Formats: sequence, structure tokens, C-alpha cells
Amino acid sequence: MSTAIPSAHAHAEGGQTPFLQHHFREMSQQFDAAKIGMWLFLVTEVLLFGGLFVGYGIMHARHPEAFVAAHHHLDKTMGALNTVVLLISSFTMVLSVWAAQTSRKKLLVLFLLLTLACAGTFMVVKYFEYSHKFHEGLLPGKYYSHKGDTVPGQFLFFSFYFMMTGLHGIHVLLGMAAIAWLVWRALKGHFSSLYYAPVEITGLYWHLVDLIWIYLFPLMYLIS
Amino acid sequence: MSTAAPVLHGESPKAPPSYLQAGHTIKSWLLTGDHKRIAVLYLISVSVFFFFGSLAASMIRIELVSPRGVMLESDTYNKVFTAHGIIMIFFFLIPAIPAVLGNFLLPIMIGARDLAFPRLNLLSWYLYVAGGLCGVLAIAFGGVDTGWTFYTPYSSMYSNTNVTLTIIGAFIAGFSSIATGINFIVTVHKMRAPGMTWFRLPLMVWGSYATSLIIVLGTPVVAITLLLVVMERVFHIGVFSPELGGDPVLFQHLFWFYSHPAVYIMILPAMGVINEVITCFSRKRIFGYHFIAFSSLAIAGLGFLVWGHHMFVSSQSMYQGMVFSLLSYLVAVPSAIKVFNWTATIYKGSVRFQTPFLYVLGFMGLFVVGGLTGLFLAAMSTDVHLTDTYFVVAHFHYVMAGSNLIALLAGMHYWWPKMYGRLYNKKLAAISSALIFVGFNLTFLPQFVLGSRGMPRRYFNYLPQFQDLHVASTIGSWVLAAGLFLTAAYLLASFRQPKGMAANPWGGRTLEWETTSPPTTHNFEGQPVLQHGPYDYRPEPAAVGVKELAH
Repeated sequence: MSTAIPSAHAHAEGGQTPFLQHHFREMSQQFDAAKIGMWLFLVTEVLLFGGLFVGYGIMHARHPEAFVAAHHHLDKTMGALNTVVLLISSFTMVLSVWAAQTSRKKLLVLFLLLTLACAGTFMVVKYFEYSHKFHEGLLPGKYYSHKGDTVPGQFLFFSFYFMMTGLHGIHVLLGMAAIAWLVWRALKGHFSSLYYAPVEITGLYWHLVDLIWIYLFPLMYLIS
Repeated sequence: MSTAAPVLHGESPKAPPSYLQAGHTIKSWLLTGDHKRIAVLYLISVSVFFFFGSLAASMIRIELVSPRGVMLESDTYNKVFTAHGIIMIFFFLIPAIPAVLGNFLLPIMIGARDLAFPRLNLLSWYLYVAGGLCGVLAIAFGGVDTGWTFYTPYSSMYSNTNVTLTIIGAFIAGFSSIATGINFIVTVHKMRAPGMTWFRLPLMVWGSYATSLIIVLGTPVVAITLLLVVMERVFHIGVFSPELGGDPVLFQHLFWFYSHPAVYIMILPAMGVINEVITCFSRKRIFGYHFIAFSSLAIAGLGFLVWGHHMFVSSQSMYQGMVFSLLSYLVAVPSAIKVFNWTATIYKGSVRFQTPFLYVLGFMGLFVVGGLTGLFLAAMSTDVHLTDTYFVVAHFHYVMAGSNLIALLAGMHYWWPKMYGRLYNKKLAAISSALIFVGFNLTFLPQFVLGSRGMPRRYFNYLPQFQDLHVASTIGSWVLAAGLFLTAAYLLASFRQPKGMAANPWGGRTLEWETTSPPTTHNFEGQPVLQHGPYDYRPEPAAVGVKELAH
């Protein structure tokens, strides 16, 4: 959304970079536009997940015993580990934005790679969690085949577990792609104190992905 | 830097080519970032979908000439009315005015070179086409029979038609409109020309802005809801099916949380068009600018609080119903403010009955009938009787189909010279506007009577005493179709007219008329700087903007 094509105005005025797009008057206008655009996109993301949270809340209220019984199949340690990993990644993302703002290219690449590593760790942990569930037959809807349940209806919990963590996981993967793209551009030396909008708005997105997990963790792993 | 001279009209020899002339390859159209070219792409694709949606509509009307049906099987009939609803709502009414007229005009009206995110704008068109193709394929592979509302548990568990593919189409089209909505909001906030304050914005911009707010806040909810229906079909996840422990009314709540505001997504830009046309052809400043601007925002806000009036008969508590009923009445207030302001604008104006203005008069008639019959449906005691009858069908066709279509036509006739630099045959245009108005009313007025006498919607057969009114309605649909075909014919024929037309044939006093017709790729030579607000229709008006030769 915020990428820029080097334009004919490259050296038009002081403080401008080759990344000013032709239809903006100045860099600050382009930066603000990108930032408002990302905030609006985050609003749509909140509403997208909001529909699932509403559905989860209503189903939880209708089948409280089944949800509590089902959530015991989740591994709290793994969930907590992932929460910590994502929190650290948000911190390194903030440091990346700072490095870009202060034109520290090497630090920028380092912090972006650290963020990427945390995101990768999250997905690896998620992979082990999912494989365990698949193995036990803890699957959504009609594929649920776990043996020995005493409380009926636990498939409903896993329907929501897989939809919500799955949609969140897709967002993590998309975030990883965006951060990898930032690394590539950072290595090419695109970012400096004059132009760092892509780092900043990817950071905003990444914090939202983190925040959604902060809500998912207690809702899924810590109910009573 | 800035000179006192107004922006010059007409083309000077050294002027850059118009946006239509700036490249003739297919690639220069399909990979364009120019909001005007994307608007033309949208116009073509929206027209194609409108044609197919209308085709389905005329099949419905022909089928209903006889109480026992004419040519369709009952299950084919269900697929035809579903196709009509889905195509018209998701692929015509929602994108039509914002994506065609809004896309073309919004940047020019605020003195910008383009929307804030040109590539996102192009992406939105591709998403729209991809979503539309999914819908078309679903119909080609055998159709869908759920109705456009996809009510569960029928859609999620029992219908064995192409529900999944259709929903994926609607889902993708939803992201197309989200992209447009985000683009419009950012553009209005950040791309306004120097001197273009919020209260100097043409009211069309206010309408588009309010619509974009609804799109951004509503569409994600319906997207996830439709995704849940797909998941329920594929995995039987159990959220909407009572036998699995789910709640079918939850679907209705989530669906109408978007789909009722979607009605205002359709009508607000339509009202925006009406503002522009009415003030130009009354040669008078719009009456109550601030009231009209804020009533758009009020409709957008209230629109999110009334979804429950679709569920007066589906297990909603009486007290909930009362609150939703009251809030639904309240929407009438900002709507009425607009109608009164338009009337006051015409009053003592120097009215010129050109084609766009004829459509405006038609719009006001249809919108008042549609709006007032909405109050019948917002009242719980009458709604219990009228739910799912032809009264509802007639009501929503008046407000969202008739009003929207006629406003789109008003806008197309007003800005056609701006978009293509050519005028159409005005006599034929006047005739077809009359045909469309008469045809529309002949089609849908009888349906109010049918509904109040108990004719249920979506029925394939009906009692013999309803036949006369059904036949009248079908004849009306033919008159309407004749008017639409005539419109398409003379608009296309206008491309054979010579171009020698004034840049501002109607004497419009908003910024889009201060540049060439059709505009150049960058819209203006240099940067316009606004001196005052729009709608200065005094005999000797001040220039709207002066240009500052930037860069």
C-alpha cells in the first residue's frame, strides 16, 4: 500500500526522496496517507475477528461445560510460550521502526530478522500444537473423532479454536512475508529518516496481530 | 507562485492529451493507476452485471404472468431470483455509484491528482472482477437457490446448490469495496487541494465519505459471517445449525449488521449525486449545506443501529424489537432533512429541465414513496403482517433499486460530457427518462397492493385473484426495459458525435468543471487553490479556484 515508485520529482525539493509518488505534494502527505490507510485496514481486521469473537462468546455461553472440558486438551505451556514469543517480536518490531527512523541500516536489518525469527518460532510451536490435536482427533465439526469424552459437544470448541487460531496464523504468515520484504528493501538501503513509512505501517500491522493473540490466549487456554 | 487568473477552459495546443488519449494499448488500461480509467473499467463491468441481473429480473416477471407459471420449473425459479438478488446487490448496486462516479469524480472534486492509493484502487477492480467471475461460474455450474440473504441453516446444511462458490464471490467482492472505502476516506482526509476545507467539499464528496465509513465498518463483519457459512458447509462446525448446537438467528444478526447498513452504502452516494445535479439545474446554491452534510453522517451512524428490524418475527424479544423500531423511525429524520433541503433548493431557482434534472425529480418521487413505506415496516405491528410479502419487495426496490438506479442515471447524464467529452441526444434522453420512471412505478406500485393483500415474496405460484396486478407489474418491467435499452443505445451512439463541446456544458460551479472535458491524466494543469466553496450560481460567479503552477 505504501510502496513508492521512484518518480520524476526525485530531486525537486529539499528533504524529498526518490520514493515520493507522483500524486502526492510532499513526503509528509504520503506518509500520513499511508498511516491513516493502515489504521483503517486495522479497523477492518478488528471487525473481521470481532465477528468470530462474538460467535465464540455466544457459543461459549450456550455450552459452558463443553467449552471448559474441551479447553483442557490445550497445552497451556505452549500457549504461554507463544504469547511471550509474540510479545518479544512486538518489542523488536518497535526497535526496527526506531532504527529506520534514525537511519541505522545494520540495526534495522538485525531487528527485522529477530522479529522474523520470533514469528517463525511462533509458527513452529503452532505446528506442534496442531499436529498433536490432529493426532488426538481434536478436529473441527464433523471431523472431530476424539475418544472417551464425558461431555458432549466439544467439537464446537475446536471449530472455533481452529478457525480463530487458523485465521490468526494466516495473519502471522502474511506478516512474515511483509517483514521479509522489508529486510530485502532495508538491505538495498531504501529506508532512512526521510523515508520509513513501510517499516512503520508494517509495525502497526504486526502489533495488531500480536494483540489479537493476546486476546485469543486467555479466551482459548485459560477459561473456567 | 499563484496567479490570479482562473483555470482556463478548453484545450490549448500544447495541452497534454486527455486521460482517454494517454495510451491506447490494452495494457495501458488493464495496468492503469489512473482513477478515471479505473472508473471506466468499473462502468463497463458494472454494466455487464446489470444486464445479467436485469435479464434474471425479466425472467421472474414473465414467469409470474400466470398463477401457475409460464416457462420455469419451481427450483429454477428459486435460482433465478437468487441470481437476480446476488448480482444486483453485490455486483451492481453496492459498487455502481462509488466505484464509477465516485472513483472518477472524487479526486477531481477535491483538486487532487489521484486517489491516495492508485494501485489499491486497481486491485479493487480486479477483486471485483474475480468475485464477479466466481458468482458467474456458480450460476453456470447450476446456480444457487438460497436467496441473496443466504439464511441458515438452509444455506449452511441443506441446499445442494453452489452456495460455497457464490459466497466466495461475495466475500472477494466485499474486499473490493473495502479497498475502495479505505481509499476514499484517506483521500478526503489527506489529498484535498489547498483552500479545500471540509465545508467547501462538494456534497457528493460528503456522501461518498459517509458511504466509505459504512463500507469499512460493516463489510468485514459480513465477510467473516459468510466465511462461517462456508465452514459450516464444509466442516459442519455447528455455529448456525440448531441440531449441532448452533443458533440460526445468530446468522441473521451478523448478516443484517452489515446488510442493513449496505442499503445506506447504496443510497448515500446516490443522494450525493442528487445534491450536485439539483443545485446546478436550479441555478441556485444548495439549501442547507451543513444539514445535508451532517445528515449523511447521521444516516451512516444510525444505519448501524437498526439491523434488528429484519428480525421482528424471528425470535427477537419484544423489548429489543421496540428499541430497533424506534431507531428505525429515527433514520427518517436525516432522510427527510435531505428531501426538504432539495425542495427548498428548487424553490425560486431558475430551473432548467435538462435530462439530469428530470432524473432528479424522478428520484425524489421514488425515494419519498420508498422511504415512507419503510415506516410501515419499521412499525412492529404492521411489519408482522407485511414481513416476507411483496410489500417488502416493493419497498426495497423503491429505496435501493429505483432510487439508486435513477440517481446513477442522473449522474451519468450530468457527467457524461465530463467523462467522454461528448453530449448525447437530449430528446431521446428525455423520452427514456420518462419511460424509466413510468416503467418503474408500473412495475412496483402494484407490488405494494399485492403485498398488503397477502402475496408472499419468492413464491413460484399464487392465487388467481393476484393475476391482474402481477400482469400490470410485468408490463411495467417491459416499459422499464425499453427505457433502459434506449438509454444504452443513445449513450453508445454519442461516441459517434463530434467532440466539439464546451468543457462545462451545464455551467456547473464545482471544481470538476474547472478543468478540460475529458480531463488530462493529472486532472489539472498545476495545482488548483480554492478561493471559496462550491455552488456559486450567481449570474457572475467568482472563479472557484486559481491555479498554482507547482513543480
